[in-house]
Amino acid sequence: SVNNNNNMFSSNTARGLLRTSILHRCKSTLVVAEHNNEVLNPATLNTIAAAKKIGGDVTVLVAGTKCGPASEAVAKVEGVAKVLVAENEAFKGFTAESLTPLVVAAQNQFKFTHILAGATAFGKNVLPRVAAKLDVSPISEIIDVKSEDTFVRTIYAGNAILTLRSKDPVKVITVRATNFAPAAASGGSGAIEQAPAGDYAQSLTEFVSQELTKSDRPELTSAKVIISGGRGLKSGDNFKMLYDLADKFGAAVGASRAAVDAGYVPNDLQIGQTGKIVAPDLYVAVGISGAIQHLAGMKDSKTIVAINKDPEAPIFQVADIGLVADLFKAVPELTGKL
Amino acid sequence: QVPFRKVTWKMSRVLVGVKRVVDYAVKVRVNPEKTGVVTQGVKHSMNPFDEIAVEEAVKMKEKKLATEVVAVSIGPTQSQEVIRTALAMGADRGIHVEISGKDYDLLQPIHVSKILAKLALDEKADLVILGKQAIDDDCNQTAQMTAAALDWPQGTFCNKIEKTGDGLTIVREIDGGLETIKTKTPAVLSADLRLNTPRYATLPNIMKAKKKPLKKMSAGDLGVDTTPRIEVISVEDPPVRKAGAVVPDVDTLVSKLKEGGHC
Repeated sequence: SVNNNNNMFSSNTARGLLRTSILHRCKSTLVVAEHNNEVLNPATLNTIAAAKKIGGDVTVLVAGTKCGPASEAVAKVEGVAKVLVAENEAFKGFTAESLTPLVVAAQNQFKFTHILAGATAFGKNVLPRVAAKLDVSPISEIIDVKSEDTFVRTIYAGNAILTLRSKDPVKVITVRATNFAPAAASGGSGAIEQAPAGDYAQSLTEFVSQELTKSDRPELTSAKVIISGGRGLKSGDNFKMLYDLADKFGAAVGASRAAVDAGYVPNDLQIGQTGKIVAPDLYVAVGISGAIQHLAGMKDSKTIVAINKDPEAPIFQVADIGLVADLFKAVPELTGKL
Repeated sequence: QVPFRKVTWKMSRVLVGVKRVVDYAVKVRVNPEKTGVVTQGVKHSMNPFDEIAVEEAVKMKEKKLATEVVAVSIGPTQSQEVIRTALAMGADRGIHVEISGKDYDLLQPIHVSKILAKLALDEKADLVILGKQAIDDDCNQTAQMTAAALDWPQGTFCNKIEKTGDGLTIVREIDGGLETIKTKTPAVLSADLRLNTPRYATLPNIMKAKKKPLKKMSAGDLGVDTTPRIEVISVEDPPVRKAGAVVPDVDTLVSKLKEGGHC
């Protein structure tokens, strides 16, 4: 009977442990890290924050041709339990065709309930391919987590907010970085392990080269202050005025689609529905009318300043501080007085 | 020295996906039931990214890189309007996969991608070109998922597409600038804004488009299950920003910025 008691006791404990482990296993998220073989993309920290909001264990997958720096950085991120590392020449250029079978292999082994990446060009390229292979409907660019299956995202260029419940067994999600405060980059001690091995070499696509816009300025999506120019600037040379103003703030410089289409600045500076989504402390819109598509990319900024000579420009409807003036006079004057 | 060998370009047929959406210039309103936005009586047109996809396909035909351009739209009867627009821009024939009502409201890129993948195989397409995203659901998923369903390479957010050898060289728009990749064909591509400038359909071409063939089908004909994968909990207006103040001069702007702790 002592044995029985012991058995009873131990079986209760086992049941308790089992229940805990089921609860534990109930939610587990894989975050696909974004990096360039040297540094971790900061959007990964915001994505980890979204994973923590979902709850459960957070595992981060680091894949590339060189994974040391990113995997070490991500192991220290608060809340990361495990880091899966896949260093392989096959991942050159981070192609969706090579990464998808790796993510699917990790999923088959660990049975995550959620798979997340930042809603960057990288995340938007890779995750829908992964979702299709898992036969689930991905959820793009969430701005909030209501529960493990209920998420919030914007539709119609930010003019409506959709709350949806996913019926799929695995939730494949990209995360709008500006809506989640980044997870702390230190304080964590994630265990670094090898990701599932496999033959990830593929012949469908081949990375050739990148031509990145060189800049000493802060990166647009994480900048505290952004000075942004539109068609009103009239030429690429006139953007120098904005760079001078940006220097006073240590700000990043962005642009409207009109300015990009006119060739004033490269396309990767475009802010809007189809460009980058930003939410800095201060957004200064210079010579930007404020089309719906542009507002979609910046209307969550804490303070919006508009400088435009047209008092009817829609940008004034969202601006906290507006100045109706000729930008060619007002901007140099502002730069001089700061 | 490898002797000169003519590489045969095998591409013959391009499938282009076109979606009918609320026109980009319309300020949408959320319906009183908070289940969606008001679409009744609202101007609709072809998704702007899809116009770019059609233009690219038609250009390929003009350069003799493609022999036929097939425009596909999935949705209610009115989707045929955007197919006619694609035909007027130079597409040769259309396919309308009819899905309407509640089924269409809950239709997701996963369903669309399965339909497009099945059509790509049935029509023996060598290339599928789509817009990078639809401006209503803002998903940016269909091209990637279609490529996955077919196990074809994907060239997303295309800025430039060139035929090289027996494949394609593609310049893509990425966060830090541009990236060049090579893909084999068949492939699925998604058009970014700067890939080209879509042409306007001229009146004679609009008239001609009315005579071009348009095949009607259902998702069931293609064996694609369109069971909803999501439930809409609510659709709401975004928070309204408080109206700000217009300042009279730069000095006041500077003092306001100082008050706000911005400088």
